Amino acid sequence: MTPESLTPPSPVAPVLRLDRITKTFPGVKALNEVELALYPGQVTALVGENGAGKSTLVKILTGIYQPDGGAITVDGTPVRFRAAQDAADHGITAIHQETVLFDDLSVAENIFLGHAPKSRFGLIDTSAQRHMAAEILRGIGAEIDPDARLRDLGIASKHLVAISRALSIDARVVIMDEPTAALSHKEIHELYDLVEQLKAQGKAILFISHKFDEIFRIADRYTVFRDGQFVAEGRIDEITEGDLVKMMVGRSVDQIFPKRAPQIGETVLQVTGYDHPTEFEDINFTLNKGEILGFYGLVGAGRSEFMQALFGITKPSKGVTKIDGKIRVIRSPAEAVNAGIVYVPEDRGQQGAIRPMPIFQNVTLPSLARTSRNGFIRLAEEFALAREFTQRLDLRAASLDTPVGNLSGGNQQKVVIAKWLATQPKVIILDEPTKGIDIGSKAAVHDFMAELAAQGLAVIMVSSEIPEVLGMSDRVIVMREGRIAAELEGDDLTPETLVRHAAGIAEA
Amino acid sequence: MSSTDRFIPDRLQSPLQQRLKSWETLLLAVAIGIFIANSLASPYFLNAWNLSDATFNFTEKAMIAFAMALLIVAGEIDLSVASIIALASTAMGAAAQVDASTLTLVLVGLSVGLACGAFNAVLVCGMGLPSIVVTIGTMSLFRGISYIILGDQAYRGYPTSFAYFGQGYVFWVISFEFVLFAILAVIYGVILHKTNFGRAVYAIGNNATGALFSGIRVNRVKSILFLLTGLMSGVAAVCLTSRLGSTRPSIGLGMELEVVTMVVLGGVNILGGSGTIPGVVIAAFVMGLVTFGLGLLNVPGIVMSIFIGALLIGVIALPRLWQKWRG
Repeated sequence: MTPESLTPPSPVAPVLRLDRITKTFPGVKALNEVELALYPGQVTALVGENGAGKSTLVKILTGIYQPDGGAITVDGTPVRFRAAQDAADHGITAIHQETVLFDDLSVAENIFLGHAPKSRFGLIDTSAQRHMAAEILRGIGAEIDPDARLRDLGIASKHLVAISRALSIDARVVIMDEPTAALSHKEIHELYDLVEQLKAQGKAILFISHKFDEIFRIADRYTVFRDGQFVAEGRIDEITEGDLVKMMVGRSVDQIFPKRAPQIGETVLQVTGYDHPTEFEDINFTLNKGEILGFYGLVGAGRSEFMQALFGITKPSKGVTKIDGKIRVIRSPAEAVNAGIVYVPEDRGQQGAIRPMPIFQNVTLPSLARTSRNGFIRLAEEFALAREFTQRLDLRAASLDTPVGNLSGGNQQKVVIAKWLATQPKVIILDEPTKGIDIGSKAAVHDFMAELAAQGLAVIMVSSEIPEVLGMSDRVIVMREGRIAAELEGDDLTPETLVRHAAGIAEA
Repeated sequence: MSSTDRFIPDRLQSPLQQRLKSWETLLLAVAIGIFIANSLASPYFLNAWNLSDATFNFTEKAMIAFAMALLIVAGEIDLSVASIIALASTAMGAAAQVDASTLTLVLVGLSVGLACGAFNAVLVCGMGLPSIVVTIGTMSLFRGISYIILGDQAYRGYPTSFAYFGQGYVFWVISFEFVLFAILAVIYGVILHKTNFGRAVYAIGNNATGALFSGIRVNRVKSILFLLTGLMSGVAAVCLTSRLGSTRPSIGLGMELEVVTMVVLGGVNILGGSGTIPGVVIAAFVMGLVTFGLGLLNVPGIVMSIFIGALLIGVIALPRLWQKWRG
């Protein structure tokens, strides 16, 4: 793929420039010779799907990761960031989606942590610190008491403190990583005003967002990444939303997905009126035998939260689950498993597998009632059950008593799936089933998912990867801000429709 | 896509090989070493009645240690066990004052233990409070009640038949307490190592979230463990009260730390997730042999606690240091 040439130079030279930056992780090329230029007094929006390499880029810019190749220049001088402090010394600061601040320190202490004004005796000059903090806060129009404890502030105020901190170190480059994800409508508008102020002060801003309305509102320039590659960059007023969507998703689908002839049977699962006070609202859908139902949405759209409610982890405020037409009350995962619903979580290490324990014990954990007699363990039956299901998934391991933590990510995922298949479920929910696993295991998981559906299992697949959603699903539900934004199938299933519904863009 | 050509063996090492390299084997060697050292150091050591007496040093603590081992494997702890003994013993003493039968006294002791365990369970599992904080609180609470009831007084006047639990012998030099210890060791060993419940205990201790997501009823399992620990404290209260023949509010003071020491010395990870009952059994013998041997040499009690402390740190630290030197 040849990057479109960088647009003719702006009248001003970039503050920060990335040239052919490459970063490889075992099995994945997270960034492949990407380009980025940030100009003083301008907002550059970095746009791309999940997995495009945006967060890796932020980590390189802030000195957390070191690139394997390429050059970073600040004001035309090549620099290397060996640690986070190096990036800060060059005036680069990042405001993250979840702010990295200290709840039990005061606002002023948070702003000046690590570079507090010192008194004659080398101690922190608290009165000067308070005074300077108040000045910065006033400068951005934030009515926050510098002595307030951070814990007592709302999320929007915390963002303002994070921004004040960025200003206090005289940052020249401010990275905002989905800064509006947790903000209310009004707070978002206050943030826009602040971005304008930062621009007026000549700071270069990298703005990462999935929300098209705000990109077109505040960005001056855009840069698009896709699958770790640089796609395009330019002035935002020269393109339309549609162009941007095409650049984001316009891929050659290079992954091969299993060919399926879905045999969709009668309804297995019927969900009506699922509500939660904060996470999701009014979720209704049905799921049939032999069907793969995809759930697409942006991070934070409430997909995992809903799935965990369905699995009995979190309590919905209301909602009815019917399995095979019968109402089942699910208040715990144990009851969900009894009802025939199982959940393969996104967080494999914490929620999916018990990593210090052997493979066979992980596989049989929810099925112990079947491998035991009167509550007494029968090892031979345990090994037999574990062998049967790990073999079906083509697990690679030295022995069945190897701790799961010793396996690769893909094989750990196979153990978790094997664990649930051994319970002979009716509905299996897979939450980001191929996240962070290598290509080979990905294909194995996809093949297996197809096989399960062919055997009559009803499959729900939560995924943020568009090719996976399109390649595997018979039907897709798109969620946005805790609600079902669309239910798509057949010809309506295109990358563009998914992105539009997920981001809330009106039909062109 | 399923392939049967790739065969994964159950195990690479036989269970016997694994056992030989285990903590329990090392601890057993330490126990034998201490036994030999003791018999060389004192001519009175190798005497059946003396050895039998020595078992009283650990039997009551070990009964609690079995239940505590399960609790610690599950990632929780109960520091109120010694105070449960005090409260249960006080309740039995009060019952004895109104001429309760021996059977009633035992039932009172066990029910108070169970009730205290239930109280801990409600606070930890029901309200989600950290067990170390809750049981430090109930440690003061339970013993505090004993102090209010008894002050500087003591309950005496237990029926004669009640003395059997702490002073009786089942056969020759084999005491009732030792037999109970052995039976409980087998029961707890079977629970932890041979049942689904024991498997759930390990799963919770290794990753409570993962266990919950695997359909384990985490809070139910933990509640049962607090109940068992309370019950075993009640059992220990019956034995100890019977052996002493009286109840003071300071009964069993500080025993919770000796119980935890025994569990940790037995190879149970204080952070949860691993450990065995055989390990705890051997640790009980090690602690009993050390205190008994030092007692024969007229080492005062305070110095003995220094030995136990040094032993704990030494046995835990040595394998780590050994690995460091070799690695």
